[in-house]
Amino acid sequence: MKNNEIGMSLIVKTITRLTIGLILIYGIYISMFSSAHPGGGFAGGVIIALSFIHIMLAFGKGIALKKLTGKIIVSLMSISALLIICLAVPNFIGKDLREGIPVSDIAISLMVGMGLFLAFMALALMTPHRGQS
Amino acid sequence: MEIHLILIFMIIFALAAIEIKDLLSSVVAMSAVGLGLCFAFLILKAPNLAITQLVVELLCLILLIRATINKDLPLVKDGRWFFNTISTFVFVAVFLSFIYFALKELPRFGEPLMRLSQQYFDRTAVGNTVNAITVNFRHLDALAEIAVLFAAIIGVLAVMRKVGRIHEE
Repeated sequence: MKNNEIGMSLIVKTITRLTIGLILIYGIYISMFSSAHPGGGFAGGVIIALSFIHIMLAFGKGIALKKLTGKIIVSLMSISALLIICLAVPNFIGKDLREGIPVSDIAISLMVGMGLFLAFMALALMTPHRGQS
Repeated sequence: MEIHLILIFMIIFALAAIEIKDLLSSVVAMSAVGLGLCFAFLILKAPNLAITQLVVELLCLILLIRATINKDLPLVKDGRWFFNTISTFVFVAVFLSFIYFALKELPRFGEPLMRLSQQYFDRTAVGNTVNAITVNFRHLDALAEIAVLFAAIIGVLAVMRKVGRIHEE
């Protein structure tokens, strides 16, 4: 089995397969319902990023990048930045924004999650080889 | 009463994190300090901060363990201890004097709602107080947070790139 040699051991891979969906659903729940319960966009985004980092630690870089390619990450980050700018405009006019709180939390969580995953992936991909330096 | 127990726990583990020679053990002790801070936030009635503290502590634990799992450097004891201790004491004195003047102005310890945020909260009418204030009054702050994330990614890309990639191929 060639796949078993890349990531961690078989026990870690099996438990990762069981728990990865639960972690992702918990992150989405915390970021969506944060207008009524404790939580928030930043914490939900970090949990979403942690689920993908979990995949990367257990199965290796290639499979994690196959699940979330770079184009998807960059387009999600750009869409959520545009959403945040659109939601920040009414504050200049002077209106209070009551309906936009869940939307803005989802935008912040997408932004933070994708950004942290991208930073972790850049750290993992670009470590210099031991023998060269 | 519980807050004092948690503070003593945090101080003991912070001293352990400084004194232990093994890097991996000191990382684990450092994460114990973060867990104690999370419980302190829960006792002081700030669940938003407690969740964020726990999650960021996990991320930092993963990063630090991956960074230190192969390296175990011994401590470096050079000279210059006189200048270092003098500057440390001066910094601590300045910091404590600023804290003495700043903490007089704050409201009582452990009250979740200050007077100003209560006024904001009446205008927004959303269940979670922290989020109401964040979204309605400080949304450009979130945009600046994200700019910091972008800057972090660009910094990682600039530091970790291979030197002289043009000449290789």
